[in-house]
Amino acid sequence: MKKEVRLMKGNEVLAEAAIRCGADAYFGYPITPQSEVMETLMELQPWETTGMVVLQAESEVAAINMVYGAASTGKRVLTSSSSPGVSLMSEGFSYLAGAELPCVVINVTRGGPGLGTIQPSQSDYFQATKGGAHGDFHLITLAPSSVQEMHDFVFDAFELAFKYRNPVMILSDGVIGQMMEKVVLADQRPRRTEAEVIAAEKDWALTGKTADREEHVITSLELDPYAQERFNEKLIAKYNKVRENEVRYETYKTEDADYIIVAFGSAARICTMTVDMAREAGYKVGLIRPITLFPFPTKAIAEMAAKGAKGFLSAELNHGQMVEDVRLAVNGKAPVEHYGRSGGAVFSPDEVYNALLTKIIKK
Amino acid sequence: MKEELIIAGFGGQGVLSTGKILAYSGVMQDYEVSWLPSYGPEMRGGTANVTVIISDKRISSPTLQKFDTAILLNQQSMDKFESQVKPGGVLIYDTNGITRHPERTDIKIYTIDAAEEAAKRGNSRIFNTLILGGYLKVRPIVTLENVFKGLKKSLPERAWKSLPMNEEAIRIGMDIIKEVR
Repeated sequence: MKKEVRLMKGNEVLAEAAIRCGADAYFGYPITPQSEVMETLMELQPWETTGMVVLQAESEVAAINMVYGAASTGKRVLTSSSSPGVSLMSEGFSYLAGAELPCVVINVTRGGPGLGTIQPSQSDYFQATKGGAHGDFHLITLAPSSVQEMHDFVFDAFELAFKYRNPVMILSDGVIGQMMEKVVLADQRPRRTEAEVIAAEKDWALTGKTADREEHVITSLELDPYAQERFNEKLIAKYNKVRENEVRYETYKTEDADYIIVAFGSAARICTMTVDMAREAGYKVGLIRPITLFPFPTKAIAEMAAKGAKGFLSAELNHGQMVEDVRLAVNGKAPVEHYGRSGGAVFSPDEVYNALLTKIIKK
Repeated sequence: MKEELIIAGFGGQGVLSTGKILAYSGVMQDYEVSWLPSYGPEMRGGTANVTVIISDKRISSPTLQKFDTAILLNQQSMDKFESQVKPGGVLIYDTNGITRHPERTDIKIYTIDAAEEAAKRGNSRIFNTLILGGYLKVRPIVTLENVFKGLKKSLPERAWKSLPMNEEAIRIGMDIIKEVR
């Protein structure tokens, strides 16, 4: 049967996908430009159908700690917010990673710093990819660039979260959150039964201790520094496995490209047009779009540099964050420059094209 | 086929919903579409605008600086977007409340007195579907059949009783749009 195509906002789709992937609970607190996530959940009332809990917490701090509690029991839980709200949650990310708890966090980024603006931005790249809070840890970070990916990545994020028992962030922005596009929704998956949760997460989850198993302790506190170090090494080994196995990216016209634009999320959509403009003008330009920001497609970019790419432009809606990872990947083999707009201003394909000419091609 | 359109006016004029009906009409015709609203302080009583792209190919950038067509429904929008119509493009506006009319000579200009027509009929709610009809007369990028389907899809079921009224308004809009130059 042909699936129904719907026209939906990115934020609405996040809510639909959360229900359809069989999530057990959503805890959140409203903030522009992602308020439609909880609004849509409240309208769909999944507690009447799948039994999914939807709860407006008293603050973002409360929401992330509710996530911690529910995740401890092996349930599939998520939260969403926008930049300042995500900062409030960030202490929780560290605790979740430290306690090895799976969960999904969505950031529909707005301009910052501080309370900033409510328009789209990508200025939370550092926060999303370098841990985002204290301690040696990473979030696994997915960056959707279409409404369909907003849907698909909710499913992928839960997969990854449980595979690695680590918080996974979907790093979106006000463009993808607010825009409507065609989307095909997945069929409803049932929520896991209690028995299924107990069976699948038997090694760690708090499902009620029985006589036939050891007690499970969920904590991020360790009093012995050497034990903490051993634990941290275990975490790092896990992140190395993530780096090895979970890198995702997409390329556009890179096969013969002399110059490479690196862009993610909504910026990548804009830069696709820049590539076409440059090609029309006779310049061999291609685009690589990191889909996972952590793990970053370091190897793919390094290979482009090794194959003789003459320059890289990291085009971001910020003042230069991902460019650091691009520089590490290129490792001095070619010039790497940054172009960005910030604070909620969004660059046009022409602006990126002009930057490409002045900073890379004609330099 | 690719149509890059901006609709701009006051919040409450139905700018965003007109764009949504059109985008859904595109979906009904199997086109790729994107709908990107301005949002934020300007929506709370000030100006609002929406960028709609309808194409037979995958849509790259959902944000645009130049448009094939601009539908401008207040003076602020006229001042901001007249210059952003591509040469050879189309500008449609309602003369109601416009004190500075468009000056460009390298684009096609149309007027539609939708506010007046809606007032005459004692039904301000059809304002935006009158506009939509006028637009479709000038840019028949989707069939009327698919527009009616898109209209139904973009309304919640409780509003379906207004479908005949809006379908009629689309037809009237097609009649009352006037070419200026």
